[in-house]
Amino acid sequence: MVLELQKPRPIWQIMFSTHHTDVGLLYLITSLAFLFLGGSLALAIRAELFLPGAQIIGDAMTFNRIFTVHGTTLIFLFILPFASAVGNYFVPIMVRYKDMAYPKLNAIAFWMIPPAGALIWLGFADFTWYATPPYSIISAPGPAADMWIFGLKILGISSVLGAINFIVTILKCKHPDMSIGQVPLLAWSFLSSSLIILVAIPTFAAALLMLLTDRLGVSGFFNPAMGGDPIAYAHLFWFTFHPEVYVLVIPAIGMMYEIIPRFSRKPIYSYNSGVFAFVLLSIVGFSSWAHHMYATGMSFTEKTVFMVGTLAAVPASAMHVFNFIATMWNGRIKFSTPMMWAVGGIALFFSAGAGGVANAAMPLDFTTHDTYWVVGHFHLFVMGTIAFGSIGFLYYMFPYVTGRMYNEKMGKIHFILSFIGTVLVFFTQHVLGLYGMPRRIFDYPPIPEWITMNQIATVGAMIIGVSMVIFLANMIYSSGKGKLANTEDPFGVGGKYYYPFEAKNPSH
Amino acid sequence: MSGHSNWPEWIYIGVVVALMVWVGAEAWEAERLIEHVPADAETIIVTGQQWFWTFEHEDGTKEIGELHVEVGKAYKFEIVSKDVNHSFNIHDYVVLMDAIPGRVNTVWFAPTEVGQHDIQCREYCGLIHYNMRGTLYVEAPSS
Repeated sequence: MVLELQKPRPIWQIMFSTHHTDVGLLYLITSLAFLFLGGSLALAIRAELFLPGAQIIGDAMTFNRIFTVHGTTLIFLFILPFASAVGNYFVPIMVRYKDMAYPKLNAIAFWMIPPAGALIWLGFADFTWYATPPYSIISAPGPAADMWIFGLKILGISSVLGAINFIVTILKCKHPDMSIGQVPLLAWSFLSSSLIILVAIPTFAAALLMLLTDRLGVSGFFNPAMGGDPIAYAHLFWFTFHPEVYVLVIPAIGMMYEIIPRFSRKPIYSYNSGVFAFVLLSIVGFSSWAHHMYATGMSFTEKTVFMVGTLAAVPASAMHVFNFIATMWNGRIKFSTPMMWAVGGIALFFSAGAGGVANAAMPLDFTTHDTYWVVGHFHLFVMGTIAFGSIGFLYYMFPYVTGRMYNEKMGKIHFILSFIGTVLVFFTQHVLGLYGMPRRIFDYPPIPEWITMNQIATVGAMIIGVSMVIFLANMIYSSGKGKLANTEDPFGVGGKYYYPFEAKNPSH
Repeated sequence: MSGHSNWPEWIYIGVVVALMVWVGAEAWEAERLIEHVPADAETIIVTGQQWFWTFEHEDGTKEIGELHVEVGKAYKFEIVSKDVNHSFNIHDYVVLMDAIPGRVNTVWFAPTEVGQHDIQCREYCGLIHYNMRGTLYVEAPSS
């Protein structure tokens, strides 16, 4: 059983457990803790940029460290562990197996995250989440930079272990009566994203080692002073991290595939097209990495190839959007909190994708590249799509985890404020980028348009901040004192749920 | 399939694919024209270093943080870096190209009107990246 708070256990029983729901709970709490830590750094960044000149952050170095740790935290310590939390709770149940395929490996993969997080936070590096050489080799202050490199190394290993576990659980441990074509779409999303991890991560793992030896001065892979090439790093980095974008977004889409049909009280419009789009995305995701590098001096032919590769990913993403809308069409939709988050997430996913098409087109990229347009663009994915899907799913699984209901009204207020805030921050940042404001700057000249846009964005960010306080209060209060959930059908929409609730923990 | 006809989805995918083909073709055509450097373009060597820009004209004159050019001429920038990666950017003229140590990247433009424009660094390069700025002065032809 996973009704953790109704039947309290000593904390060490959960910490040393290898049961999938316990590991899932650990993932969940860790990821949420880092969501709030990383989010408060975002508020500091926005407060600093409210006006030109130094505001609340004293100097540029601190600012540079803050945005570096903000990005690293929310990508690697919130989004990925949150997806693992959902996968741990739901994948074994969806494939009707008693646990993950390798429970101990599962616990090890989780326990690599806290030390990695500690390295990243105690180091507080300043070279952006992209750690671009030669800056990261010759200029970035250590030991922060080295701690970041080790932190990322550990997180990479953790991701690979988790991915192996999901793949084996889904392919080898699914119930013998169940064909692969009957595996629910949420589990399919974990299968696709895990396969991407296995192919993509080793490249960056190698690049990280090279970066470290370069910093130690024993090699010069990326150091032009020693005959190396910084562009080689860019290729290795983006070969991992463009597909990684799909690793982040595919589980969130999978979560929406669980929420949308449930609250539309209709089966998914086309299961096959969902599976097809997942598989297609995980393949074409590998054909677009160098679209991050148009301005590094690539030849016309290279740019054309990667533009085509990028545009090829659009139809697959568009299939998901179609599938969601077609599922909701004529459904008896119940707009409970999870459904609101999922629908909001789809709207922002569509907007993010439309902006992405503009980035991909070669001549337009030279207007938008490395400006706030790009910041707005990818935040519409990571915040607007992935965090929205994840938070919606958190509300959805809340009764199963705690046995209690969250406060519905507060959940809806959380959504409305977050949605308004997200639109204010990230749509505005697109416009700010068109006015030419570069990203990663501590201060900016007092250009009137820049000031206005930055102020709108900061107000939006503060609205998100307020909504997150409401969220935190709701989660804490409701998990202890919320009204008891009807675990057969907590949302009153009927139909058959996948319960982590059915999972039996032998040590409990 | 789940027992219903899927023709709306096929039409939708067809529309999306057609849109992408159109975007790609337009972008390809535009970029092909933009990348064609005129034969009579004057070369300006742009050097990025932490945290300022240096410009060297064909006649050997050097400028730091300021760049003076004339209306009606075409200029080809040869962009290099002395230390870390930078990105040379004149946003108003959509001039953007990374300055990467060990490489020479080129980009060109032809100013059309007299005026002043901002020059900035658009690739993170450390402590004073935010203030690695300069000014482009477009002046009337001298002769």
